[in-house]
Amino acid sequence: MFEPFMANAWLAGTLVAVVSGAVGLFVVLRHSAFAAHAIPNGAFAGAAGATLVGTSPLLGLVVFAVGSALGVAALGRRRNDVVTALALVTMLALGAALLAASGAYEPAIDALLFGEVLGVSRGEVVALALLVVGAGVVLALVFRPLLYASLSEEVAAARGAAVRAIDATFLVLVAVTAALAVPVVGALLTFALTVGPPAAARMLARRPGRALALAAALSLACVWAAIASAYLSGWPIGFFVGAYAAGEYVVARAASSWREGRARP
Amino acid sequence: MHWLVEPGFWSNPVVRTALVLGAVVAVVSAVVGVVVVVRGQSFAGHALTDVAMAGGAGASLVGASPLVGFLLAGIVGGGSIEAAGAERVRDRDVATGVVLGAAAGLTALFLYFVSSSTSATGSTQSVLFGSVFTVSPSVVPLSVVVAVVTLVTLLGVRRPLLLSSLSPELAAARGVRPRVMGLTFVLVLAASVALSALVIGAILSTALLVGPASAALRVARGLVGATLGAIVAGVAAVELGIVLSYDSFYWNAAHRSVPVSACVVAVVLVEVAGSTAWSRWRRGRG
Repeated sequence: MFEPFMANAWLAGTLVAVVSGAVGLFVVLRHSAFAAHAIPNGAFAGAAGATLVGTSPLLGLVVFAVGSALGVAALGRRRNDVVTALALVTMLALGAALLAASGAYEPAIDALLFGEVLGVSRGEVVALALLVVGAGVVLALVFRPLLYASLSEEVAAARGAAVRAIDATFLVLVAVTAALAVPVVGALLTFALTVGPPAAARMLARRPGRALALAAALSLACVWAAIASAYLSGWPIGFFVGAYAAGEYVVARAASSWREGRARP
Repeated sequence: MHWLVEPGFWSNPVVRTALVLGAVVAVVSAVVGVVVVVRGQSFAGHALTDVAMAGGAGASLVGASPLVGFLLAGIVGGGSIEAAGAERVRDRDVATGVVLGAAAGLTALFLYFVSSSTSATGSTQSVLFGSVFTVSPSVVPLSVVVAVVTLVTLLGVRRPLLLSSLSPELAAARGVRPRVMGLTFVLVLAASVALSALVIGAILSTALLVGPASAALRVARGLVGATLGAIVAGVAAVELGIVLSYDSFYWNAAHRSVPVSACVVAVVLVEVAGSTAWSRWRRGRG
């Protein structure tokens, strides 16, 4: 399991897990799960387009993910869920049409949708690391205003915080995370990683700092266990990511309701 | 008509099945979609498509009809979304997301088993993006039955359902049980998603559910008008999409046609953009 050819998989998985956990906490706090689901699918269309044109998939992923994030931010102030749904299907249909046009080999499609951790190259790990550092710096800079605006948007707006700018920054952050995670765990499972472990962390930890650390730790545990299980069983990694993320959520929920029940007999 | 459709369109039995099934599905999706948009449940609607996807993949694994797989998975998934989100309404989107993620994982597993046990290719494409041209005519009777049951159920509960969507307090005062309403509607939604997954694929059925309904709600005044408008817009989108996809075979020398689902989504987007522009123009004048 720790052979040289698995090194890139472990490195990429670790990088993706830490960022997904940290950004995912805000996805959960801000109730923007739907946007967080739509953006990775935009990234999927980008990768399909890059395959057709013949450029680097990572470039297509970043451009399309950021583009759909800005689209949702610009259009979705009021009728949020409908706009998100429409943006989502637009990108997916575009991806399907581009794949049909390029006549891509089916395993390539499977890898984009459900992930292929063994296919990560050394160059991609370096690119991933750079993007992770960038996302980390941005998250550190906007951490306080973002937290404030996430917990109470009205109060933040009344105190003069630029709520719209914060919203757009946050969605771009989600987009960068998605672009990182899609080649590793796939467009459909990226979302499981950004919602399951952070939602579990928020139920277990009250303080924001502790919740952030716990979210990153749980997401790391989820990815590491998934890589190990996928290696041992030969089954797709996406299944294990989805199952472990849901499992963490269910356990955390049971623990928190047990604790509430003890506090209020 | 030859400027619109390429030769052989009307005499082709595959196309005829597609047109009939497409119309049935479009009507159900449009009617259910109006309630989805009014209740603000687009995310649940979309999550059910991903759950249905797991069912479709499972069905192709055991060799059952995809519609049965879509339906069963939709009922289980809808029930668990409703059960997980019922206590804490604020955390409903997170609960929906967790169910969605688990379902996507199951899809990955089933598709892996399908491709490794049968060496058949193309199952990912057909489950996810679907193609109404590959649906066998034997599915039509069952899907018509499902469509009728769905519409009758929705018609039966429409008053308490709308009341509990628009004003939960008033509905509770009148003795409507919100959890029963929520569960009933999720099951209706699951049936409608299963039908549209058959035609334009699980992943894209959200387009048919939300698109025509939101376009019609922008243009029409009452709910009845919006429902009728959504039916017209939905049927038009599916039929036009089928025509476009059929014609696209002749557009390029390589004869590589555009998938039906992509054509249907394109027509839906034009409708939404048109209705948005029209309602802006009207508001600007008024």
